[in-house]
Amino acid sequence: MGKVSKSPWLLHYDASSCNGCDIEVLDCLTPKYDIERFGIINTGDPFQADIFLITGGVNSQTESVVKQIYSQMPEPKVVVAVGICACTGGVFKECYNIKGGIDTVIPVDVYVPGCAARPEAIIDGVVKALKVLDAKQAALEAKGR
Amino acid sequence: MIPLLIGIPAVLAVLFQIVRNEKARGYIVYAGAGIIMLTTVVFVARWITAGAQTQMFYLETETIDHLMTVGDVFLMCLIIWLSVKHGKVLPIILSVVQTGIVLYTEFTAEVAEAPHMMADWLTILMCVIIAFIGGFICIYTVGYMKGYHKHHTEVKDRQPFFFSMLFLFLAAMFGLVLSQNLIWIYFFWEITSVISFLMIGYTRTDEAVNNSFCALWMNLLGGLGFAVAIAVMAQVSGSLQLLHVVEVGAALPLMCLALAGMTKSAQLPFSTWLLGAMVAPTPSSALLHSATMVKAGVYLLIRISPALEGNLVGIIVSSIGGFTFIMASMMAIAQNDAKKVLAFSTISNLGLIVGCTGIGAEETVWAAVFLMIFHSVSKSMLFQSVGAAENTLGSRDIEDMHGLIIRVPKLAYIMGIGIAGMYLAPFGMLISKWVALKAFVDSGNVILVLCIAYGSATTMFYWTKWLAKLICYHIPRDKVKDVTRRDEYVSMFFHAASMLLLCLLLPAIAVFVINPIVRNLFGNTHDVISMSVLTTMAIMLVSIFIVPAVMFFVSRRSHKELVPIYMNGVNNGDNRFFINSFGGQDHLYLSNWYLRFEFGRRHLRIPSIIVAAAVLVVGFCLVIGGVTWL
Amino acid sequence: MAVKVGIVLAYLVLAPFIGGLLDGLDRIISARMQRRKGPSILQPFYDLGKLFSKQLIAVNNVQLLLNLSYLVILMIAGAMLFSGADLLMVLFILSTADMFLIMAASSDSSPYANMGASREMMQMMAYEPLTLLVAVGFYLTTGSFHVGDIIQQPVSAILWMPGLLVGFMFTAAIKFRKSPFDLSTSHHAHQEMVKGITTEMSGSALAIMNIAEYYEMIVLLGIFFLFFVNSTWWSWIVAFVICLVLFFMETLWDNISARLKWKTVLYGCWVVTLIAGGVNILILMLDR
Repeated sequence: MGKVSKSPWLLHYDASSCNGCDIEVLDCLTPKYDIERFGIINTGDPFQADIFLITGGVNSQTESVVKQIYSQMPEPKVVVAVGICACTGGVFKECYNIKGGIDTVIPVDVYVPGCAARPEAIIDGVVKALKVLDAKQAALEAKGR
Repeated sequence: MIPLLIGIPAVLAVLFQIVRNEKARGYIVYAGAGIIMLTTVVFVARWITAGAQTQMFYLETETIDHLMTVGDVFLMCLIIWLSVKHGKVLPIILSVVQTGIVLYTEFTAEVAEAPHMMADWLTILMCVIIAFIGGFICIYTVGYMKGYHKHHTEVKDRQPFFFSMLFLFLAAMFGLVLSQNLIWIYFFWEITSVISFLMIGYTRTDEAVNNSFCALWMNLLGGLGFAVAIAVMAQVSGSLQLLHVVEVGAALPLMCLALAGMTKSAQLPFSTWLLGAMVAPTPSSALLHSATMVKAGVYLLIRISPALEGNLVGIIVSSIGGFTFIMASMMAIAQNDAKKVLAFSTISNLGLIVGCTGIGAEETVWAAVFLMIFHSVSKSMLFQSVGAAENTLGSRDIEDMHGLIIRVPKLAYIMGIGIAGMYLAPFGMLISKWVALKAFVDSGNVILVLCIAYGSATTMFYWTKWLAKLICYHIPRDKVKDVTRRDEYVSMFFHAASMLLLCLLLPAIAVFVINPIVRNLFGNTHDVISMSVLTTMAIMLVSIFIVPAVMFFVSRRSHKELVPIYMNGVNNGDNRFFINSFGGQDHLYLSNWYLRFEFGRRHLRIPSIIVAAAVLVVGFCLVIGGVTWL
Repeated sequence: MAVKVGIVLAYLVLAPFIGGLLDGLDRIISARMQRRKGPSILQPFYDLGKLFSKQLIAVNNVQLLLNLSYLVILMIAGAMLFSGADLLMVLFILSTADMFLIMAASSDSSPYANMGASREMMQMMAYEPLTLLVAVGFYLTTGSFHVGDIIQQPVSAILWMPGLLVGFMFTAAIKFRKSPFDLSTSHHAHQEMVKGITTEMSGSALAIMNIAEYYEMIVLLGIFFLFFVNSTWWSWIVAFVICLVLFFMETLWDNISARLKWKTVLYGCWVVTLIAGGVNILILMLDR
C-alpha cells in the first residue's frame, strides 16, 4: 500500500501555548516555507490526520482533550511536540496547573525545541516524523501479516 | 356489483351507530374492510373477464334520482343547522345557492336519458385505490384510535361516529368515481365535503371547529362551481354526461368543473383548508386529506383534461398547479411539524398533478395518473407512520424523530420508504417527473418548466432533511416503548410492501394499467412511453435497490474500530454529552435547518394566495367574457 | 454496442485516474497562483494510497455502506452518460447519489458533519434547478434527451444555449467544491466547521468519497463536453480543449474569491438560473 510519508496530513493542537509557536506553525504554510510541497495538509480533523502537532505544555484542562484527540487518530500516527513548553513544560514547568511536556500524557515521537520554534526547525521535525511514520507503518504491516 | 360497492360501506356505517362495544367494533372493521376489498377484487375481475371494455350502467333511474334530491336537500339542511349553531353565514349562502341551482336544473331542464354510471380503466384504478388504501387505513384506525384516546384524554370519545364517517366516506368515494352523470357526481361530491367537515371537527376544540368551517366553505365554493357547471351544461348541450363535457368542450363548464377540482385538491388560493384539516386525528388525514378525498379533485381534472389541451382553461389550471407546486414546497421547508410537512407536500404534489392535467397532452395525463398512484400509497403510509410515531413519542415534531432508526426501527424504515417513494430517483416520482418535464417542454410552457425545475429542488430539500433526521445514529436520551398496535403495523407493512412492489413492477404497471387509461381518455391506440425508457428505468431501479444491499455485505466484512465522534476533544462519555466552557456537562442537540425567515408561511402565504386568486379571477373574467384564445 | 461497452469500461477504469490527475494539476496551479511550489502532480494518488493503508476507524457501522453506495451510484450515473443514455435520468441519478453522501454524513450525528450535511442539502437546492434546465436546453436544441443523439448534431449546442453554459459554469463550482461555494466541505485546510460533511470520515471511507468525487468531476466535465461537441471529428478536440480551459477557470475562480454566505449562494444561484437559464430556455421555446 501507499507510503504514509508521501502524504502526511497534520493536525495542529494548542495545548496551552502562548501562541508564539502557533504562529510559527502557520508560518510553515505560507508561500515562503510551503509545506504543501511535501504533500502536507493542515487538516483540522483527527480522523484524517497522521501527524499530531502540539504546541504548549499540557495543563489539567487540556489533558483529556489531548488524550481524546490522540485516540481518535487512526494508526499509524506520530506526535510532534513543538516548542520547549511542549517538550518539557518550559518556563511553566513548575506551575500549579501544568502537568509538564506532552509526553506526560501521550507518547511523543519528535521533539522540536525553541521558544518559539523556528519554522525551519518545525519543518525539520515534521520531516523527521515522516521517517518514524514509515517505520510505524512497516511495523503495523509486519504485525498484520 | 356497483350497488354492493357503494352499499356495503354505507350499511357498515349504520352498523357502527348500533354496535357500541369496542371489541366487536374492531372485528366489524376488519371484516368490513376485508369484504370491501374482496368485493372490489371480484368487481375488477368480472370487469376484466368481460373484456376490460368501457361499460355503461343504469339508464333509467328515476327513484334513485329522487332519493338523491332528498339527499341534497338533507345535506343542505345539515349544513344550515350546523352553521346556525356555530354562527357562520358563508356556508349557508353557498349551500343554499348551489342546492337551488341543482334542483332548479334538475326539474326544469330537458335532459336526454343517458347512462348514469360507467366503468373504465380510470374508474377501476380509483376503485382499487379506494378499496385497498382506504380499507387498510380503516384497519389502522382501530388501533390508532385506542392510542389516540389514551393520549388525548381531553377529547370526548366519539369513535362510533368516526368509524361511521370513515365507511360512509368510502361509499361516497366509490359512488363518485363510478358515476358518469354530473348530478350524481355532485351528490357524492357534496357528501365527501360534508364528511371531511365533520371529521375535521372531531375534537370539537375551537381551532378544530374554525378549521372545519374553513374547509366547508372552500369545498362548498367548489360545489357551487360544480352546480353552475351542471346548469350551464344543461342549457348549452342538454346533456349532463361527464363525457359530453369533454366532447362539447365549452369553456365555462370546464372552468367551473376545474374550480371544483382545484378546491377539492387544495390548490393555492384554497390550500388553507387542507392545512387546517391536520387538527383531525391522523387516520382521517391519511384517508381524506391525502390518499383519497383530495384525489377526487384530481380525478375530476384528469377526466376533463383531454378538453383542456391548449385552451385558456388549461393554461389557467396548469399555471395554478405549477405555482402551487413550487410555493407549497417552499413553505414545507419551514415546517417542523411532521403533519404540516405532509400537508404542504400533499398540496405541492397535487399541484404537479393539476399542472399535468392542465396541459392535457397524453404524456402529461400519463404522468398525472402515475403520480396519483404513487402519491396515494406513499402519502397514506407516511401519515400512518407519523400517527404511530406521535402515539409512541408523544410528539410529531420532526426534531423529536432524531435517531428514530435506533429508537423505533420499524417505524423509521416505514417512514423512510415513504419518503424515498415521494422523491428519490428509482421510485415512481422520478419517471413521472421525467415525463412531465418532457411534456411541459413539448407544450411550450416555459413557466411550468421553471416551476418544476425550482419546485423539485425545494421538494428535495425538505424530504432530505427529514430523512437525514431519521437515520442519525444517535444514542437515545431515553428509551421509548413502541406502543404501535399490530393492526397498525399490518396496514403500514401492506403499504410499504405495495410501494416496493409498485417500484419493481413499474414497467408492467405502465403498460397494463396506465397506458389503457390514457387510451380510454384520448381514444388512441399507441403507447405513450416507449419501452426503451421503461427498461432503462427498470435497470436503474434494480441497480439502486441492489447497490446498498450489496454494499451492506461488503462493508460488513471490514473490521472497524468504533471511536467517539469529533467534538473538539471535549466529548464526555458517549456521544451524547460534551463539556462546555464552564466545565459543566451539556447535551448535544442537533437541529435541522428550517429557513423560517426566508420560506416561512408568514412571508409566503398571503402573497401566493393573492397571486393564485388573481389568476383564477382573471381566468373567470376571460372565460365569461367569451375570450376563447389568448 | 461494443464501442459503447468500451467507452463505459474506459470511463469506469480511467475516470479516477483522470480525476486524480486533474486534482493534482489543480493543486499545482493553485500553488503557483499563490507563488508556492505546490505538491507533486501525483499527490492525490499518494493521498489515496495512504488513506487505504490506514487503520479503519469509524463512528458508526453504516457510514461506510452509505459512502460505498454514493460511489457506485455515481459510477452508474457516469456509465449512463458515457453510454449515450438519457441526460435527464443521469442528472436525476446524480442527485440521488448526493443523497447518499448526505445520509452518510448525517448518520454520524456529529455537529460538524451534520452542519456540513445541511449545507450540502442547501447547495443541492441551489444547483438543482439549473441542471434540470440544462437537460431541457439540450432537448430543445437537439430534440432529444439522449446523449447519443446530442453528440450527432451538425452544429454544437453551445450556439443555442450560451446562457445555460454560463449558468452551468456558475453552479458547477458548487459540485467541484470550489470557493466561493465550498460551504459543505472544502479542499482547503482549516475552516470554521472542520471538514464539514467529511469530518467523521477517515481512511478508506474518505478515500472512497474522494474517488467518488473524481467520478463526479468527470461526469460534469462530460456534460460540459456535450455543449461543444458535434458530428465533426475536430469538434471533439475543440471540446476537449475548452473543457480544460473551463476547468482552469474554475480553479482561477477558486483562488480569487472568498467563501460566501449561504443566502448569497442560494439566491445567487437561483437568480443566475432564472436569468441565464430561464431566458435562454424562453428564447429556445419561442424559437421552436
